[in-house]
Amino acid sequence: MNDTPPSVVIEGLSKTFTGPDGKPFRAIDGISLSIQPGTLVALVGPDGAGKTTLMRMMAGLLRPDSGRLEVLGIDLAKDAQTVQNRISYMPQRFGLYEDLSVQENLDLYADLHGVPADVRAERFSRLLDMTDLARFTGRPAGKLSGGMKQKLGLACTLVRVPDLLLLDEPSVGVDPLSRRDLWQIIEQLIASDGLSVIGSTAYMDEAGRCDHVFVLNQGTLLAEGSPDDLRRRAEGLTHVVSPADGVPARDLQARMIDAPDLVVDAVPSAGQVRFICQPGCDQAALKALLHDCDCQPRKEELEDAFMLLLHQHDGSGGDVSAPPPLASEAPVASQNGHGDGPVIVVRDLVRRFGDFTAVANTSFDVKRGEIFGLLGPNGAGKTTTFRMLCGLLPATSGELQVAGVNLRKARAAARARIGYVAQKFSLYSNLSVYENLDFFGGAYGLRGKARYQRVSEIIRQFDLDPDAQSGNLPLGYKQRLAMAAGLLHEPEILFLDEPTSGIDPLARRSFWRTITALSQSGVTVVVTTHFMEEAEYCDRIAIQDAGRLLALGTPREVRERSGITDGYMNEAFIAIVEQARAAEAGGLEAA
Amino acid sequence: MRDSAFRIRLVALVRKETRQMLRDRSNLLVGLLLPVALILLFGYGLSFDVKNAPVALVMDNNSAAAREAVSGIGGSRYLVPVRVGSMAQADALLRAGKVDAIVRVPIDFAEQQARGKAQVQLILNGIDSTTATSLEAYINGALGTVTLRRIDRGTGGATGVGGVSLVQRIWFNEAGISTWYLVPGLVVLIMTLVGAFLTSLLIAREWERGTLEALFVTPVRPLELVLAKIVPYLAIGLIDLVMCVVAARLLFEVPIRGSLLAILLTSMAYLLVSLLMGLFISGTTRNQFAASQMALLASFMPALMLSGFVFDLRNVPLAVKIASQIVPATHFMGVIKTLFLAGTDWGMVLRGCAILLGYAVVLLALTWRTVRKRLD
Amino acid sequence: MDRLIASIAQIFALCRKEILALLKDPANRVILIGPALIQSMLFGYAATFDLKHVPYAVLDQSHSAASTEFLSRLDGTGIFERQATLTNAAQIAGVINSGRVLMAVSVPADFATRLAEGGQAPVQVILDGRNSTTAGAAAGYVNSVVTAYNRDRAGQPAVTVVRRAWFNPNLDSRWQILPAMIATLSMLQTLLLAALSVAREREQGTFDQLLVTPLTPLQILVGKAIPAVLVGVVQSTLVLLVARFWFGIPMNGSLWLLYLGLLGFTSASVGVGMSISALALNMQQAMLYTFLLIMPLTLLSGLVTPIRNMPEVLQILTYANPLRFGVDLVRRVYLEGAGLSGIAFDFVPMLVIACITMPLAAWLFRNRLA
Repeated sequence: MNDTPPSVVIEGLSKTFTGPDGKPFRAIDGISLSIQPGTLVALVGPDGAGKTTLMRMMAGLLRPDSGRLEVLGIDLAKDAQTVQNRISYMPQRFGLYEDLSVQENLDLYADLHGVPADVRAERFSRLLDMTDLARFTGRPAGKLSGGMKQKLGLACTLVRVPDLLLLDEPSVGVDPLSRRDLWQIIEQLIASDGLSVIGSTAYMDEAGRCDHVFVLNQGTLLAEGSPDDLRRRAEGLTHVVSPADGVPARDLQARMIDAPDLVVDAVPSAGQVRFICQPGCDQAALKALLHDCDCQPRKEELEDAFMLLLHQHDGSGGDVSAPPPLASEAPVASQNGHGDGPVIVVRDLVRRFGDFTAVANTSFDVKRGEIFGLLGPNGAGKTTTFRMLCGLLPATSGELQVAGVNLRKARAAARARIGYVAQKFSLYSNLSVYENLDFFGGAYGLRGKARYQRVSEIIRQFDLDPDAQSGNLPLGYKQRLAMAAGLLHEPEILFLDEPTSGIDPLARRSFWRTITALSQSGVTVVVTTHFMEEAEYCDRIAIQDAGRLLALGTPREVRERSGITDGYMNEAFIAIVEQARAAEAGGLEAA
Repeated sequence: MRDSAFRIRLVALVRKETRQMLRDRSNLLVGLLLPVALILLFGYGLSFDVKNAPVALVMDNNSAAAREAVSGIGGSRYLVPVRVGSMAQADALLRAGKVDAIVRVPIDFAEQQARGKAQVQLILNGIDSTTATSLEAYINGALGTVTLRRIDRGTGGATGVGGVSLVQRIWFNEAGISTWYLVPGLVVLIMTLVGAFLTSLLIAREWERGTLEALFVTPVRPLELVLAKIVPYLAIGLIDLVMCVVAARLLFEVPIRGSLLAILLTSMAYLLVSLLMGLFISGTTRNQFAASQMALLASFMPALMLSGFVFDLRNVPLAVKIASQIVPATHFMGVIKTLFLAGTDWGMVLRGCAILLGYAVVLLALTWRTVRKRLD
Repeated sequence: MDRLIASIAQIFALCRKEILALLKDPANRVILIGPALIQSMLFGYAATFDLKHVPYAVLDQSHSAASTEFLSRLDGTGIFERQATLTNAAQIAGVINSGRVLMAVSVPADFATRLAEGGQAPVQVILDGRNSTTAGAAAGYVNSVVTAYNRDRAGQPAVTVVRRAWFNPNLDSRWQILPAMIATLSMLQTLLLAALSVAREREQGTFDQLLVTPLTPLQILVGKAIPAVLVGVVQSTLVLLVARFWFGIPMNGSLWLLYLGLLGFTSASVGVGMSISALALNMQQAMLYTFLLIMPLTLLSGLVTPIRNMPEVLQILTYANPLRFGVDLVRRVYLEGAGLSGIAFDFVPMLVIACITMPLAAWLFRNRLA
């Protein structure tokens, strides 16, 4: 602790909104905290914890209903403008002007902050260098990839050294490489300029890099402390278990998740399952659950403490991200034609946009009932590949067979046999749950009584409220509804485009529990994701970069290829992509 | 020091708005191409003037008296008589729109005239009542010339009772060409279009795309945001004004009798009102679709219907007249028509500008509030 | 056959969804009804060319019994309202420039003498030409007063003109404008609705979800066109009710024929709207393009100014304008009471426009999606 006054002081802060249903909703419920200058601070918590509301209040954009809020020693209620002159704020969706170029966006913010011309040149070159955007200064911001946009947003907030930097979920929808770059920039600036940073995040590995962590849930402060302090809360409860030979780790994980009395949380990782047991749980029962497996204690991590804290807190009230209702029930009985052959065949697939080759010579198969993961950095071509597989985009050349149908010839026929869940919630927001499902039932050719029965059945399976307006659903339920719509016509293959982007660990767990259940019932699942640990749920994964397929195989095979055998998937991914890029650059130099 | 920071920020924001405006083709289409299209359409396409209207003449009585009675129609420069054999034929022509009116001299015309009760039937097509009303006046006038000619012939004679002749002069628009008043009115319409319709999307778009949130947490002041959005569109509006004036003068030969300075000043004042109206709507709705609908309803429709553009305010009921006085466009319309056709009446110009600037100040204050840097 | 029924059922599901999505939004419900009502009222009351009051000023330099009698004729019409009595010619500019009067009547000093001599006594009429249509109407009124005056003086056998106006006995301009609004107002919204239908789904990301269903582009097009046509017909009905019952304009034609015509007209405008929709990349473009199109379509429809007054080139252009035929058709059925043969000339071109724009939109869809 030093003598300088805290950069943020919050006392008894509360904020109530009117919810979509017209009822008041307490976004911030009596929070008190204080933040020291010169530190890197993380706000973590599930969706609806109040992270964004708190950020906006600190930026002077929302006025508290009650309580005291001082930033840089200034009362925000009295003089928000002075605070806004001195801080920088990067909202979740940073408002870059997409029709302006990278340079023009930077210039605008530099002018607004009154950065003098002589300082500017040096500052810009440093920021462009760090963000690796120097090559793109003339490109319109709208034409940058998601990760580059985020870096440009950060650069715009750092055109001058702010007294405090507020970052609201800077890494949502950003691939692991760009995510690592973002944090490197922030850490460099903390070291060189003595920056104070408050960032909110859904990634626990990011929170682990911070000096101090605040855990929020439902508008209240659950816990705070250094990552080490928090980590210790899970001490002695964390274990790792290896499944019996031939049993996929995710099946064991599913079994454990379904025993909430014994297990707080379980995740597949490197062919094993890492789990947290309930404090003071019945050891004998736990042993019985894991009868055929080898169970070892492991070192606790921040994520373990986070999951533990949330489970303890949510024990009282029902939460949106509670485990899914599908646990015991196989949701889809898609037993039609259970052949052993591949259900998706991709041969020499190419897609060009003008001169630009988005997907180059890609070949892979997906077996029936498999969970297949498509991974890659932003702009790697996985969305293009994905859209071609769904029949949304014709291929330039190559062979593409989905569910035994050649996509180049009979797109409509293939569509009837696939389900698609888009990245963004893309159902009709102002229709009710029932109306949405009823429409998609009709679009898939279900009629009359059959449609009514099928819709009612899926509503029951996914535990949805048929009369709720879709747009007002909490994020977790929106996801369920989107899945329900995608599964309505009992497709053989389900395509999921970044289904967990922006979703907290709790909701991600319940989502993957549903996917494993689906796979057990024989549905083939193709999924893209930015969360590399989620690759562990997949039977096989493919890693793409710059349109090329870099690696294909089981998670274990891919990890072995990267040379990082015992680490996380995240590191393996970064290693593979960087090796490929280095080889490419080397090849170019040699040529 | 404070001043220069303000200036730097304002210049930066103006530059940003200008670039955004120039890079969006649809903006320029509405801002520059639509005005050109409107100028040409209004100048060449729209006319209320009746010229060479075909009139069917049905002479059921072909006496000399009857022929004399309708002789005026041939002499009128507005009418072209078409001889038709029977009423049934004329009826068909009128229904098909081949003639605009039927003048029928009944079979007993000569007898009735002798009794002093002669009648001529006039049948008009009321579907286009505007044309019909004009035609009625022209035909009445044409039939009336007969009487006057008789008086003329009788001058100094026994029947010399004298008569009144009309010396008619239409001031400001001697030939009575509707283009002359439509084109100055078009200036109002175009200023409204560029002002309210285009800007109604501006703030709403920034809310929808989430660009304001980051902008708010900078030293930028709400007033700077509003002013910066006005400047580029003010420029577009002025380009449109110049196009209107040039086209009016060169293409349509509308006399511009007032001072150009006065035209510029009042147009600027109105453009400001209109821009601020659009920005206010944009900031209040925060939704592009709703904003554009509102802008059409709240500014464009009144400017078209209630300002005295096409429909003379003398003709409307009191309630509509009162409503029209609330519409800023009405005040601009009065001044701009006078400036184009009558000449500079500085009293009128200054009063008009004062009213418009009053609106501008109120709207600026209201718009300012909509971009106060808060999300709740 | 079975496949046809299945296909129609799919389209029906899409129609239902479109209508639900439209009606569930309270803002949409207001936008669908509010503007049509407000505008039909506004047009009913404000859009009139009928000059009922002419404020005028008098400069009587004759001060004779004859001039007083002549002027009393003007006052006697009930149309001319004397606002000012002037004493010299210089004052005329003041009252006219300020807009206080529309007309000034100047009686010369030798008015009585000339009349007594049996000659022509010129009376000067000065009109404010800033709205030449109004000025022309006022001039017409003065003319007829003078004609009647002369006739009476001459004591000649009078020739009276008996006027009969077909389809609009009082030549009320409201009768001319409001029925035309039945077509015009609904076009404004159906065009926008159709233009936004795809752009909105694109922007909200729901379009991909729609495309992965087995619905074909043609089915999507039809499913989106039908609700827009329905909305157009409902809006037309709204304006029809206002015209018929609020303003009491009698309807002469068959209601069925009117709706048949409106159906054809709305289909044509929806076809145009769907083509815009296929072209526009986002909602903003769809809105601006629609607006860009609506202005000329309205101006070149014969709604306010007769098509015959337009130059040849523009007259030919109007043949591509569905509103030109829509306005004509509604007026013919509503006011004239025209039969099926009477509207064939209007109906066929609208069908042609629909038959060109709908496949065009479908073609654009397929090519844009590829």
